[in-house]
Amino acid sequence: MNQVVEQLKRSIVIAVKDIRIYYLKGPVIIFGLVFPLFLALAYTVGRNMPLKEILPGLTGMTTFFAATAVGPSIIPWETRSKTLERLLSCPVALWTVILGDVLSSFFFGLIISVVPLTLALVIAVQPTGIALLVPGVVIACLCFSALSVLLSAYPPTDVPATTMMLSSLVKFPLVFISGIFIPIDQLPLWGRILASISPLTYFTDMARQLMLGKGYYPLTVDLAAMFVYTAVFLLASFKLHERTIARRLS
Amino acid sequence: MGAAIEARNLTKQYNGVMAVNQVSFEVREGEIFGFLGPNGAGKTTTIRMITGLVKPDEGTAYVAGYDILKEPVKARQHLGVVPEVSNAYIDLTAWENLVLIGKLYGLLRSVLQENAVRLLRVFGLYHVKDRAVRSFSKGMKQRLLLCMALVSEPEILILDEPTSGLDVESARFLREKIVQFNREGGTVFLSTHNMEEANTLCHRVAIINRGRIVTVDTPENLRARITELQRVEVVFDKHVELRELLKIRAVRRALLAGCRVRIYTPNPPEVIESIVDFARERSLRILSLNTAAPSLEDVFLELVKGGSVR
Ligand SMILES: Nc1ncnc2c1ncn2[C@@H]1O[C@H](COP(=O)(O)OP(=O)(O)O)[C@@H](O)[C@H]1O
Ligand SMILES: [Mg+2]
Repeated sequence: MNQVVEQLKRSIVIAVKDIRIYYLKGPVIIFGLVFPLFLALAYTVGRNMPLKEILPGLTGMTTFFAATAVGPSIIPWETRSKTLERLLSCPVALWTVILGDVLSSFFFGLIISVVPLTLALVIAVQPTGIALLVPGVVIACLCFSALSVLLSAYPPTDVPATTMMLSSLVKFPLVFISGIFIPIDQLPLWGRILASISPLTYFTDMARQLMLGKGYYPLTVDLAAMFVYTAVFLLASFKLHERTIARRLS
Repeated sequence: MGAAIEARNLTKQYNGVMAVNQVSFEVREGEIFGFLGPNGAGKTTTIRMITGLVKPDEGTAYVAGYDILKEPVKARQHLGVVPEVSNAYIDLTAWENLVLIGKLYGLLRSVLQENAVRLLRVFGLYHVKDRAVRSFSKGMKQRLLLCMALVSEPEILILDEPTSGLDVESARFLREKIVQFNREGGTVFLSTHNMEEANTLCHRVAIINRGRIVTVDTPENLRARITELQRVEVVFDKHVELRELLKIRAVRRALLAGCRVRIYTPNPPEVIESIVDFARERSLRILSLNTAAPSLEDVFLELVKGGSVR
């Protein structure tokens, strides 16, 4: 138990290191800030709707893209700059390192999520609704960042751009099936089934519920689904990286 | 005194090729143990199995008494490592790199500060401690890597070819520091492809070739075997019977390699004189004559031939 706590502390040390080094890398800024900004603009401008109606989808997208911006590139970067072996030679478990990377991606998502939340507060969403959404944002950021680190496990490349690109291939379809563009209750059955696969669906749904009072799933289901996905992504990330990490040592 | 590191039947295959094959050895507490072999011999793979980065197909290693397969984190807590292909974080300063590693070892802040300052001073990096490592020369980077391995005050230091590719001055400096660490009671496991380095630095040397340990011995004993492998190479203008050459004193072995005659001897100066006499007596002309130190490859060949390989 003591050892687990000690490893968790070391995860945070690794997260802080990641924040110092990787937040300012070009691709992270582009995928994490510039990109969501343009997407949000296109999304907002393209619809003839009051801003309030658009907010849940906007929040979903922003949080999702921000929380998945840093994660995919850290391990490829460490592979390329030959710092990975130095890091793994320290008394840390592999899960400690992975969790640290997840946390750094998580904080990025959290920080950027403040923007849509503030916007919501300004545009007359009930403060209680926003307060209730905060735990949702936290678990969503954890969930998405775990997914993003999972996406960097395969292939074990040392080219950050490769994982950035491959993870985009997963990220975009997820945005389209997650009830952001069309609310879930307006989808045909297959659309709803498809939507239920995406973790982003539950976060967007939660935001719709708390901002507009128009949720599809109960809040408890939204939260539970995100918890389960987080656990699955974290475990899968530990396992998959464990299988590929040796191939990153050249 | 127990074993600081014990490798037991470490074995690793890559795509059907045996990178490391049944490697066993013991590093005693307080010694400098050399791991000597040419490129591709399996040194790095062995070290990665000892530090728990690569899972062996077979066998295991005990580090500071811990089974690396069962308790890798506890084992690594006692280690300082300088991996072969590794870098400090170039976006961070020297100081930040040291602090990062110290924290990953769970050092107390005060201990960490003290160790970091002391090491940076000793390694001549204190005045650049707040500069990003990006701007460091290769020698400075390697010194910083050694600082990073030492910041936790490890009992055991593992270095994978720490001086390879460095200039003479930097290499000598690092060797001095490694010896100093050992004098203060630390155990060192060091891999190298440089025979001279192994000779001068190590108390005992394991020679590894093609994934197998060929022999483990003191440098003195190895040198004794190596002197047998010194050779003189001669080119005569006419054919010479090797049998005749073998009659010369101190000649152990003679063979033809193209047009040159290769003569093995523990005493090259004596043989050179004899060969000059030999040529004069037979009216032969010596077109070229030179001596050659034994290569690592020669040592392997000799040791393999000598049946040291099981
Ligand atoms: N990750 C790897 N994948 C495939 N082959 C490898 C890998 N690592 C090492 N090898 C092979 O294993 C052998 C031993 O390599 P290595 O341990 O790096 O030797 P050394 O460090 O003595 O130069 C070499 O033939 C090398 O090509
Ligand atoms: Mg090597």
